[in-house]
Amino acid sequence: MSTVTYAGEPVEVDAEGFLEDPAQWNEQVGEQIAAENGIDELTDRHWMVVNYMRESYLENGTAPSIRTLGKASGVPIKELYALFPKGPAKLAAKVAGIPKPRGCI
Amino acid sequence: VKRKITIIGAGTGGTLTANRLRRHYGDEAEITVVDSDDRHVYQPGLLFLPFGLTPPEDIVRSRAAQLHKEIEFRIGEVDRVDLTGDRVLLKDGSELAYDLLVVASGVSLLPEETEGLPEAMEKGNAFSFYSLDEATALRDALAGFDSGRVVINPVEMPIKCPVAPLEFCFLADWFFHERGVRDQVEITFVTPLDGAFTKPIASRELGDLLESKGIAIESEFATGQVDGEGGRLVSWDEREVPFDLLVSIPVHGGSSFIERSPGLGDELGFIKTDSHTLQSTAAKNVFAIGDATNLPTSKAGSATHFEGETLTTNIERFFDGKELEGSYDGHANCFIETGFHKALLIDFNYEVEPMPGRYPTAHAGLPLLKESRLNHMAKLAFQPFYWHALLPGRDVPGIGARMTMAGKQSVPNPQGETE
Repeated sequence: MSTVTYAGEPVEVDAEGFLEDPAQWNEQVGEQIAAENGIDELTDRHWMVVNYMRESYLENGTAPSIRTLGKASGVPIKELYALFPKGPAKLAAKVAGIPKPRGCI
Repeated sequence: VKRKITIIGAGTGGTLTANRLRRHYGDEAEITVVDSDDRHVYQPGLLFLPFGLTPPEDIVRSRAAQLHKEIEFRIGEVDRVDLTGDRVLLKDGSELAYDLLVVASGVSLLPEETEGLPEAMEKGNAFSFYSLDEATALRDALAGFDSGRVVINPVEMPIKCPVAPLEFCFLADWFFHERGVRDQVEITFVTPLDGAFTKPIASRELGDLLESKGIAIESEFATGQVDGEGGRLVSWDEREVPFDLLVSIPVHGGSSFIERSPGLGDELGFIKTDSHTLQSTAAKNVFAIGDATNLPTSKAGSATHFEGETLTTNIERFFDGKELEGSYDGHANCFIETGFHKALLIDFNYEVEPMPGRYPTAHAGLPLLKESRLNHMAKLAFQPFYWHALLPGRDVPGIGARMTMAGKQSVPNPQGETE
C-alpha cells in the first residue's frame, strides 16, 4: 500500500494502483487515474460505465465482471474494449476507485 | 400442520437437501422435487469420459432413485416462481404451492452467448465436456486426433468446477503421450484470468505444472468470437489463437425461469443469496444451494455438499421462527487430476486461499497442493461415496462442513497480498 496525491488530496492505493478506500474517490480523482492510464478524456460513455461500476460495487460489495458490464451497464462489450483498452473490467474499476475485481475460485 | 417444501432441481444440492429434510421431518413435511428429466449425471465423471476412462452409462443414474421413496419427484419445466403467491408455475400449466422453496437448479450452458461457437460446435471442430452428450462427442473426436493444435478455453468466469479445464489440459497431455503422438500435438490453455488460476499460490503451482508438461498458456484472453471455418479464437481486443480442435467451456448462466421471476436472480441469472445463511435476498421463505446461487465460492459439488448442513439447519430454524445461523464459510475442496495417475488436492473457503500442507490434519491426511498418487486414488474412489453417502445426506466422517487450518502451512503469497 502506498499514498499518492490525486486532486490535491492524499489517497491510498494498492500495489497496482487501485484505491484502498472507495470513499476517497471523486470525479476529479477518476479523471486523473484515467489520464495516468492512457485515457485522455472521459466521455459520457466512459462515465456510464464508471458510474455503473461504483453503484454496483457499493450495492454488492464486488466489482462486476465484463459480462455483467456488457449486459447491465448500457455499453456493449466491444465498445467497452474501445473505451477501456486491454482489460475493461479492471481499468474501469481502477478509474471508478473501487478494488480490483477478484475472480472467485 | 404439514410443511410443504418444494425443491427446484434434483442434482447434487436438491437431492441431498430433500433427503436431509426428509430424515429430519419424516411425515411432517411434504417434499416435492421437480426437474426437467430423470438423468442424474455424476459430473466429475465428465472429465474422464472424453479420454475413454469411463463409459457414459457408468456416470448416469435415475434422479428419482436417489431420493427417499416418500419424496415426490415431478418431471416438468419450471416457467417461473411467483414469490408473492408462494408457488412455482410449471410450463404445462400446473403449479406447486409451497411454504418453503429451495432453488437448486444449477447452471445452464450458453454457447449461443459467444459469436460463432454454436456454428463451430455444429461444424465439428469445437466441443465441450460439460454435458454428457458433448463429452461423448469429444471422446469420439479425440480418438481420431493425432496431430495438430488443441485449445482449451473457458470463455468467461464463473464456470462450474473452475479447475476442470486445467485438469483437461493435464489429462490431454497424458492421453497424447500414452498414444505416442504427444510431440505432434500442441496444447494451449487460453484463459480470461491473468494466470493459470484465480488465487495467487495455487496459480503459481498450477502455472509451473502447465509449463513442466509443455502446455502453453495464453492469459487475459477475453473470447469475443469463435471462427470455426478459419479455426481460430478471436478476443475482444483482436488477439487470435489458432486451433484444429477447440475444447470450449461455454458461458454459464442461471436457469431460464430465474430471469422470468423478477427479483430472484442477478444479471447472469444466479440466485441472489446471503453468502452465510443461504437465504434468498428476495424472500424469507426461499433458500438456494449450489451452482444456482451467486455465492462468491466455487461452483462445485464440494461447496454444495458443505452448504447442505447450513441450509437444512436454517430451514429448520426458519420453520421454528428462530434466527438463522450464518455458518457457511465458503468451504470447498477438490482434487485436481494431473495425469499419469496423480492428482493434487486443494482446500479453501471465502477467506483462505488454497495452500500447501495436508488435509484434513497434518499427521493423517492427503497432501495439499502437491501431486500424489494417493490423491488420484482418492479422486477415483469418490464416486461410490457420492451416490451412497453424499446424496442420501449422510455426514462423511473426517470431512467437516467448516474449513479447518489444521495441517495447512502458511507460505509467502506471490503477490505479497494478505487476504
